Amino acid sequence: MLTLTCPCCGVTAEETEFSPGGEAHLKRFGPGSSDQEYEAYMFNRKNPRGVHFERWRHAYGCGKWFLAARCTMTLEVFGTYAAQTLEPPAEIVAKIKDRHPGWEGYS
Amino acid sequence: MKRYSAFAIAREALRQHKGWSHAWTSPEPRNSYDVVIVGAGGHGLATAYYLGRNFGITNVAVIEKGWLGGGNTGRNTTIIRSNYLQDPSAALYEKARSLFENLSQDLNYNIMFSPRGVMMLAQTEHEKRGYLRTERANALQGVQTRFIQPAEVKKLVPIINLDGPRYPVLGALWQPRGGTARHDAVAWGYARACSDMGMHIIEQCAVTGVESAGGQVTAVNTTKGTITCKKLGIVVAGHSGALADMAGFRLPVESVALQALVSEPIKPCMDVVVMANTVHGYMSQSDKGEMVIGGGADGFNNYTQRGSWHHVEETVRALVETFPMISRLKMLRQWGGIVDMTGDRSPIISKTPLGNCFINCGWGTGGFKATPGSGWAMAELIAKGEPGPLAREFSMTRFREGRFIDESVAAGVAH
Ligand SMILES: Cc1cc2nc3c(=O)[nH]c(=O)nc-3n(C[C@H](O)[C@H](O)[C@H](O)COP(=O)(O)OP(=O)(O)OC[C@H]3O[C@@H](n4cnc5c(N)ncnc54)[C@H](O)[C@@H]3O)c2cc1C
Ligand SMILES: [Zn+2]
Repeated sequence: MLTLTCPCCGVTAEETEFSPGGEAHLKRFGPGSSDQEYEAYMFNRKNPRGVHFERWRHAYGCGKWFLAARCTMTLEVFGTYAAQTLEPPAEIVAKIKDRHPGWEGYS
Repeated sequence: MKRYSAFAIAREALRQHKGWSHAWTSPEPRNSYDVVIVGAGGHGLATAYYLGRNFGITNVAVIEKGWLGGGNTGRNTTIIRSNYLQDPSAALYEKARSLFENLSQDLNYNIMFSPRGVMMLAQTEHEKRGYLRTERANALQGVQTRFIQPAEVKKLVPIINLDGPRYPVLGALWQPRGGTARHDAVAWGYARACSDMGMHIIEQCAVTGVESAGGQVTAVNTTKGTITCKKLGIVVAGHSGALADMAGFRLPVESVALQALVSEPIKPCMDVVVMANTVHGYMSQSDKGEMVIGGGADGFNNYTQRGSWHHVEETVRALVETFPMISRLKMLRQWGGIVDMTGDRSPIISKTPLGNCFINCGWGTGGFKATPGSGWAMAELIAKGEPGPLAREFSMTRFREGRFIDESVAAGVAH
């Protein structure tokens, strides 16, 4: 079972209290972009085995969106942070590198 | 290959069964093959089989990181049906279903195809309208299905409770020639036939990299060394994202855990497959007597192959209302598999950005039923370099082009 801590209200709860919202930090492409860029934004996903960044909503709690860094192979959560963050915060990156020295970093 | 037959059993009985040989060989990999297929699940093995049978291409290796059939092929609940909505799906799934009819004879291996009938319950007015539409679509596609009334449902499934307060049974979409098959046997039967054609099935060998030059794959790196190939087929289900990453492209696919469970074995009580999509559960009885129950998938990317208790609870809680007699059954075991989901819930059988590399994935929660048809279509794609009529609509560029094959209703429950 996956356990997450909501950075908005501070509650730690199991996954049934949250709704998953897919890959985080997607770069948005709209009108004027190429077909390839739009396709990549709309459909193509990293889907990594290992470190992943994703959006979650505290659906049965405060209702707020936030972001989480998580390992998709172990369900270990490295940390959660505000939804209004453009890329993973340094302290979370450091924590991931500590646990997975071979990790290539966020790109 | 020694043929299996009643005569062979009698002969072996007379000599203490000492004459049976291994069903397939376990060779060391050669340095090079015409075609390398990554993933010895049902789809990868079926691809290899039809490459040999339909196109005479037998210099083929199927590379498997674990044991043959140990992925989703050996973890699914074995439901076979072809009552989809869109024409391209109906063609592909019905091709597969019809190949299942004779697969045991074709492979000389008993895959235990049991066309016992598959029933999809309509438990809301909305669902009923949806299935009436599917019934009409199937009639036009030549897929035999029929919408049946509650009384007929009860006759076919005596243990069902028709008037549950929350989920009354308003009828069902009934496919009499749908059913189940023995999942391992499908993989084993194909493996035996491939091995017999001289193909190499290399187990315990993970592909760790894809080498390319000038937009063409040249070789794969594996834990047993580098193997060069003229063509590469990627057929790794939940691990498609990882393989695509090695080959340098991204897929419109996300991997999640889907789980199932079985009860303790009991006397025969239900001889059809029942799917209840509104409550997200389905059930059939195995030949061993276990009630085989499947439930929902996780909503988030997951490679743990475990599943989670709350899904088990949700599934069973809902099914107990429709099948009150299961409330006292003990659960025997529970397991998970990693399924590859696309946005339109339809598979991908496609060329890739690398010219001689082809991919078969995106079967998500429902690809076992498609195994022979998927292999048939993939073999044609690899052999000719262009998709045939079965695969044509399933290219990975359909998302960019807005040509979705929307099966979110037909695949509404994970199966
Ligand atoms: C719980 C559950 C219930 C299901 N129920 C049904 C059902 O009732 N009906 C139905 O039609 N479908 C069902 N499905 C879906 C079905 O199981 C799959 O769609 C189908 O089996 C996929 O077959 P495959 O051969 O593509 O994949 P798999 O059998 O998963 O084979 C892929 C293989 O690739 C190998 N591999 C991965 N990475 C590498 C690598 N790097 N190197 C070498 N090898 C690699 C894996 O080890 C694996 O053996 C269910 C799935 C699950 C999990
Ligand atoms: Zn909260």
